[in-house]
Amino acid sequence: MRQKSEPNKKYRPGRLQAREDRVGYLFVAPWMLGAIIFVIYPLFQSFVFALNKIKMTPKGRISTFVGMKNFTNIWAEDPDFVTKLMTYLAETILAIPVIVVFALMIAMLLNGKIKCRGFFRLIFFLPVIIASGPVMNQLTDQGAATIPVMDATMIEQLLDQYLPHFLAEPIGSVFSNFVMLLWYSGVQILLFLAALQKIDASLYEAAKIDGGSGWECFWKITLPTIKPMILLNAIYTVVFMSNNEQNDIINLIYTTMFSVDGGYGYASAMAWMYSIIELFMIGVVTLIIAGRKDEYEKNIKRHKKQMRKQARLQRKLERRRVRHETKRRREQRKAITTK
Amino acid sequence: MKQRGEGNKGRQLQQNKAVTLYKRSKKDAIKRFLFGSKDKEGIGKQTVVYVLLFSIGFVYLYPLLYMISKSFMSVDDLLDTSINWLPSTLYVANYENAAKAMDFWNTLKDSIIVAGVPTLINMFVCAVIGYGFARYDFRGKKLMMGILLFSFVLPPQITMMPTYVLYSDIGILNSLKAFIIPAILGQGLKSQLYILVYYQFFKQVPKALIEAAKIDGAGHLKAFFKIALPSAAPAILVVFLFSIVWYWNEAYLTQLYVVGAFAGTDSFNTLVVALKTFEDSYNSAASVANSQMININESIKMAATMLSILPLLLMYLVLQRNFVESIDRTGITGE
Repeated sequence: MRQKSEPNKKYRPGRLQAREDRVGYLFVAPWMLGAIIFVIYPLFQSFVFALNKIKMTPKGRISTFVGMKNFTNIWAEDPDFVTKLMTYLAETILAIPVIVVFALMIAMLLNGKIKCRGFFRLIFFLPVIIASGPVMNQLTDQGAATIPVMDATMIEQLLDQYLPHFLAEPIGSVFSNFVMLLWYSGVQILLFLAALQKIDASLYEAAKIDGGSGWECFWKITLPTIKPMILLNAIYTVVFMSNNEQNDIINLIYTTMFSVDGGYGYASAMAWMYSIIELFMIGVVTLIIAGRKDEYEKNIKRHKKQMRKQARLQRKLERRRVRHETKRRREQRKAITTK
Repeated sequence: MKQRGEGNKGRQLQQNKAVTLYKRSKKDAIKRFLFGSKDKEGIGKQTVVYVLLFSIGFVYLYPLLYMISKSFMSVDDLLDTSINWLPSTLYVANYENAAKAMDFWNTLKDSIIVAGVPTLINMFVCAVIGYGFARYDFRGKKLMMGILLFSFVLPPQITMMPTYVLYSDIGILNSLKAFIIPAILGQGLKSQLYILVYYQFFKQVPKALIEAAKIDGAGHLKAFFKIALPSAAPAILVVFLFSIVWYWNEAYLTQLYVVGAFAGTDSFNTLVVALKTFEDSYNSAASVANSQMININESIKMAATMLSILPLLLMYLVLQRNFVESIDRTGITGE
C-alpha cells in the first residue's frame, strides 16, 4: 500500500523496460565514439604534448620529455602570454555585466507593447549572422567599432587620469569597442526575450492589484523568474568571449603552434593553462549568480527542517509511549499470574 | 440669517473642493498622458522607449552602414574631407576589384560546400543522438550528458593540436573530410548545442505518441523516422540555420583543417578565409593584373567584407521570421 502511494520515490524500471532502454546506446553510439576520438583522447594527448618538447622535422615529429618545464616557462619566461591573459581576464570580467545587463534591457524593451517589434528583432539579431572573426577584424581596423557620437580617445584619456593604469585600460577598451560588445549580445537578447515571454502575465496582474509599481514588479517578479537565464547568458558570454577569434590568446596559441621556438608542446601547455583559467572563471560566475539562495527558498528550507525535527520528536515520544505501554502491560500480566 | 450664512459657507466649500478636484484631475490627466497609468502606457513613456530603441538600433547598424557607404567610395571621395557618408558617385569598381582578388564565384561555391555539407550531416546526426538521449533512460546517461556539456565549454584550442596531428596521420587534413568525419560522429562545430536543441525538443514529444506507434508494430527506428523526425521540423530548421551560419563564419578552424595553413591553389577557399588573407591575395592579384587594379585602400577592403557577408545577409533577410520564432518554439531556453 505504501509503496503504491509513492511511485516516483524509487522508480525502478522492469527488465523489459531496461532492455528497451538499452537501444538508446545504439542511437548515442556515434556520439560516444566521437567523444572518445575527438574529446577524451585529444585531451589526454594534449597533456602528453604539453609535457614534451616537440620538433617538427621532415622525417616526422621528434618529442623529448621535459616534464613541467613548458608550464613553468609560460609563467616565468613568456612575457606575451601573461600580459595577454591579464587583459583577457579584465576585459571578460567587464564584458559579462555589460552584455548581460544590456541584453536584458533590450529584451525588456522589446517585450513591451511596441509597434514593429519584428523589425527591431531583425536588427538586434543581425550581428549573430555576420559577426565572424575576419569581418570583426576588418571593422575594428577601420574604427567602425566605436559609437559615432562618443569620443573614445577623450574618454580613455580621462580614465587614464583618474584611475590606475590596470583599471583604465580595460574600461577604455570597453568604451572604444562598445559596438562590438553590443554586437556580441544577439543570442543573449533572444534567450532573455524567450524567457520574458514565458512569465505568467497573471503574476503581474496580481502584483498590480496589490499596488506594486513597475519597478517593484521588475525586482520581485521578473528578475527572480529569469535568474537561471541570467546564469546561462553569463556562461554563454564567457564561452563566447574566450573562444572568439578576436581573442588575443587564441591567436597567440595558433601562431605558437607553427612557430620555430614554440611548437606543439609549448602551445599545448598554453592551451591547458588557458582552459583551466576559463573553466575556473565559469565556476566563479556560476557561484556568484547561482550561489546565493533566495530568501524565500531559505525560509522554506528552514521550515522544512523544523518540520522534520518535530516529526522526529513525535516519533521518539511515540516509541517511548509504546515502550511504556508494553512494560506496564507486562507488569500487569505478571501481577495477574502471581496472584 | 445664521443658517443661511452657514449654507453659503458650505456651498463655497463645496465649490472650492470641486475646483481643486478639477485641477487635480487635470494634473493627473497630464501625468497619465505622459507616464501612463497602471494599465495603459503614456505617450511620454512610449516616446522614451522608441527613442531608446531607435538609437540602440542605429548603433547596432552603424558598422554595417559605415561599411556600405565606404565600400562605394572612390579614392577621391576617401581623400575628400567634406564627404562623410554619401559618396559622390556609386563607385562599383571597388566591388569588381575585390571580387577579382577573392575569385568570388569559385570561393562562393566552395563556401557553400564547406558550410552546407557538414550542416546537412549535423541536421541528421544530431537528431539521432538527441533522440537517443531524450527517449531512452540507459545507464551512464547522466555522465554522458556531463561530458557533452563539458565539451561545449571546453575551448577548442586544447584539443586542436592532437586533432590536427590525428587528421594528418589518417590523411584527411586539407580536405573537406576533416569537417565531415567529426560531424558524422556528432563532434562537429558546436554540435553539442544542436544535440541539446534536439534533446529539449524530443523531450516535449508526448511519449504516448511513440507508445501508440509501438503498439501498432513500429520498431525503434520506425518510431524515430515516422513519428519523431517529422514532428521536429522547427528544431531541424534552427539547427540548419545556426549550423550553416557558424560553419560559414568559422575562419580559424576552416583555415587550419580544410584550407590548410599554407593554402595551395587547388584546395578549398571560403569567403571568410579569403577575407582573412585578403590583403596578400589582393596585392598578388594586383601585381599580376599590372595597372588595371588600383592599390588597396579601405574602400576595397570594405567591399570585400561586404561581399563575404552578403550571401548570409540575403539568407537572413529571407528567412528571418523562421530564424527568430523557431528559437521560441524549440525551447532552447530550457524549462
